[in-house]
Amino acid sequence: MSSRCHDCVGVALALGLAVAMAALTASCEREERDTKAPPESQISVSSVALSPLQPGEASAPPGGSHRSIEENAFNLAQGKQLYTWFNCSGCHAHGGGDIGPALMDDQWLYGSEIENVYATIVQGRPNGMPSFRNRIPDQQVWQIAAYVRSMSGLTPATASPSRSDEMQNKPAEQSMPRQEPKDTHP
Amino acid sequence: MRRLSGSGVVVALVLLGGCQGVQSALDPAGDQAGGIAGLFWLFLGVLGAIYLLVLVLLVGALLGLRQRAATERRLTGLLTAWAGGTTIIILGLTAFSYGTDARITRLGDDAELTIEVTAKQFWWQVKYVEPQPSRSFETANEVYLPVGVPVRFILKSQDVIHSFWIPNLHGKTDLIPGRVNETSITARRAGVYRGQCAEFCGFQHAHMALDAVAVPAPEFEAWRESRLKPAPTPTPEDQLRSEGLQVFLTSPCVMCHTIRGTSASSRVGPDLTHVAGRRTIAAGALPYSRGNLGGWIVNPQSIKPGSQMPDIQLEPDQLQALLAYLDSLT
Repeated sequence: MSSRCHDCVGVALALGLAVAMAALTASCEREERDTKAPPESQISVSSVALSPLQPGEASAPPGGSHRSIEENAFNLAQGKQLYTWFNCSGCHAHGGGDIGPALMDDQWLYGSEIENVYATIVQGRPNGMPSFRNRIPDQQVWQIAAYVRSMSGLTPATASPSRSDEMQNKPAEQSMPRQEPKDTHP
Repeated sequence: MRRLSGSGVVVALVLLGGCQGVQSALDPAGDQAGGIAGLFWLFLGVLGAIYLLVLVLLVGALLGLRQRAATERRLTGLLTAWAGGTTIIILGLTAFSYGTDARITRLGDDAELTIEVTAKQFWWQVKYVEPQPSRSFETANEVYLPVGVPVRFILKSQDVIHSFWIPNLHGKTDLIPGRVNETSITARRAGVYRGQCAEFCGFQHAHMALDAVAVPAPEFEAWRESRLKPAPTPTPEDQLRSEGLQVFLTSPCVMCHTIRGTSASSRVGPDLTHVAGRRTIAAGALPYSRGNLGGWIVNPQSIKPGSQMPDIQLEPDQLQALLAYLDSLT
């Protein structure tokens, strides 16, 4: 009788261990790297509002679905690489701004939501910002837009890039204190 | 017995047959690889002979062939001779190894040609460097080498550590970000050899190959002259290719690629000035053909997932025009 009970305890222990192991390994799942453009990310630029103010009842603010792009470390790292390759740094430097506005502060002339940044890159803006329509594939524009938001600490620190290839004169995106955008809280 | 030795010869031939090929360190086609292969055969011969000797002695001991009782003095003498022989052989092999290494290193001293190779995820940027800038030019994923001429390679990396390895011509040299490494190659036998990144560098490490083409010196000069020329502008009568050029200049292509002779001059991706003259596309992932190029342009992320070439959305007419233009860039 006692030996049978011994067996019960052993089996229960083994089962408990197996469950614990399964729970632990489930959390080891790697972040998905989507190297193909997700078709559902297509939005028309004309649907992006430049102002949060609307007459009548406010419709849903821009954002929501596209926020998931910037929760992915791969997308932010790609955006960071493309930011240099496509010469964004030529005007905006590495965030501090030069002949283009700074991107690491809390000022957003054309909106701080990722859709706003996307529209700014695709449409261009007066006084110098070129339009990259048909020049940068959609998925890459989203990646760059997400990275631009990470420069002022608006993306999750768990996904933001932690180091730069060039000399660092500011905290890495990951440790950048969040600059609460001024435009959305007038 | 005869049948046994016959099959032994066949097995040896089959094994040695595996040493031939476009990517084999045991089929040397240059001075450096020759030195290394010589070392390999020397080590294999000496160490193989010792291994056989040990086996023979072991079998002898197991069968009890030697019945005489060994004296203490005899044993001491044998052990001393064995230890002495081992020391001499190890020192000898070390000397050969150092000697070969020093000789191979000096082979690059009188290099007449300099090629700068920059490794990127996942392709090779190749620049033929001349003191006169107008004589310098860039290509990708291929190196042409004149037979019998020592060539210096300057090795750099843009992103992570890669390794430059053309087994038929030389051993590996790492390409390290922020550092400049050098190696040299003197090809002795004309032919096409395959180079391969030999340091795991990410998603498409296996598809990071390099064609090394060794040709006689006059042929090399002709190749170099042809590569120095910019891409010809399509004549206005050639509507399809003119449209193709326009597609290239107004689509995402222009963000990353250079075609000398046009306004496309970005240096993110491979220089495409003579893309149709290359043996492969996408760093050896596909042999060059118009069809493969079309597949690569619209769907690179299925052929080489994780490469930096994005899927490009083009209308079928645009794609055909673009292909007609790119295919004319020989």
